[in-house]
Amino acid sequence: MAVLSDENQATLSNEEILRYSRHLIMPEVTMEGQKKLKAARVLCVGTGGLGSPLALYLAAAGVGTLGLVDFDTVDYTNLQRQILHHTADVGRLKLDSAIDKLKAINPFVKIERFDTYLNSSNALEIFAGFDIIADGTDNFATRYLVNDACVLSGKPNVYASIFRFEGQASIFGAKDGPCYRCLYPEPPPPGLVPSCAEGGVLGVLPGLLGVIQATEVIKLILGAGEPLIGRLVLVDALAMRFREMRIRKNPDCPVCGTHPTVKEPIDYEQFCGVRGEEADLSASAKIPEIQPEEYKRRRDAGEDIFLLDVREPHEYQICNLNGHLIPLGDLPSRVHELDSSREFVVHCKSGARSAKAVEFLRQSGFKRASNLTGGILAWADRIDPTVPKY
Amino acid sequence: MPIKVLIPTPLRPYAGKQSVIEVTAQTVGEALNDLVAQHPDLRKHLFTEEGKLRSFVNVYLNSDDIRYLSKDATPVTEADTISIVPSVAGGA
Repeated sequence: MAVLSDENQATLSNEEILRYSRHLIMPEVTMEGQKKLKAARVLCVGTGGLGSPLALYLAAAGVGTLGLVDFDTVDYTNLQRQILHHTADVGRLKLDSAIDKLKAINPFVKIERFDTYLNSSNALEIFAGFDIIADGTDNFATRYLVNDACVLSGKPNVYASIFRFEGQASIFGAKDGPCYRCLYPEPPPPGLVPSCAEGGVLGVLPGLLGVIQATEVIKLILGAGEPLIGRLVLVDALAMRFREMRIRKNPDCPVCGTHPTVKEPIDYEQFCGVRGEEADLSASAKIPEIQPEEYKRRRDAGEDIFLLDVREPHEYQICNLNGHLIPLGDLPSRVHELDSSREFVVHCKSGARSAKAVEFLRQSGFKRASNLTGGILAWADRIDPTVPKY
Repeated sequence: MPIKVLIPTPLRPYAGKQSVIEVTAQTVGEALNDLVAQHPDLRKHLFTEEGKLRSFVNVYLNSDDIRYLSKDATPVTEADTISIVPSVAGGA
């Protein structure tokens, strides 16, 4: 597949020729391929786990123009895997941090920054300036948006996603190839599939998958090899197995099929039911809550309150408040261990699982159960700074 | 006949934490039925209330999506492997 930009416009200086010499001597790249790389314009959506290795390698390889889309700031918990960002960058905009590193690796790369959340009204306009889009986002709504905007603007979407120690990669929206909706017509309802923040992720996994994305981007630019079109690569890092599934183009696909019904970007938050999730949260707001300060005051006064911790045992090992541990998933089968006549305060990490536990306990006849607002994280912030946050 | 079903990470908590489960079946539909009979917690993650396979869960016989074979009626042999591959969105 040829890149849309005109590679003949690119020339390489002596310094660049030396820098890319290991490419230039390969028959699959040569001077011609390196000029294609320099002429190419690639957009990285997200500069996090996947975006870090992706952008670093594309910059090192000499992709001429890299666009970066991110609105986020660097957080301490990002550093375990988002290798674009260093400890000293915590609190900075990811874009500022990313641009420093990419410029340091290769000052010849032009970087275009998009300090924004990609949405239905800006996606097509941003994508218009690029040849290839690489999706390193972290939620279903943005993934369907990137897919649709790629199909609508005729640009390939080099895709990867990760969960714990498994990943998926493919190229969607290539000419005559399937799109993400051909693979998964609809997103899961909110809450059914945990995010990395909820489920965790092995730090090197986005490295593996982001490097697959970078490889596919470079192959598309060079027109070399067999692109990952119509194939889904599944990576299981724990077993260290790579499998491959066939993806067919769905003739009834609402965006890339023969009679498309999606002709412009839609409301993806509604499509993914995120609005419904907010409604769920307001329903859970009716669950009785106790503030950490109030619980501490009453506990210190010697009141008889049973503290129930509904996290997992491996979380209890990180930090705990001496609560009685019953993981949320085990609560239905172990509820008989608890005395329903007592007063209960239930906590988890941040308050979501314990809200479900309180709802379950109240339905099971525990009239005096309440949810510790903000979980052990709020306790660490507001009561006891010696409790580690995770 | 016995056939292997590969369980992806997000669904393992509902499948006794196992990555491979052996079922007995002549078709893919029978294999999935035996799977949820052995692990009832999996049911709501694989099927809608109407019993339809959820649209964010793909089932492959070896490397082919059963939607493009004979769906539930796709025959299986002992040499086949069924893979369940749900969509995941993580990336940051």
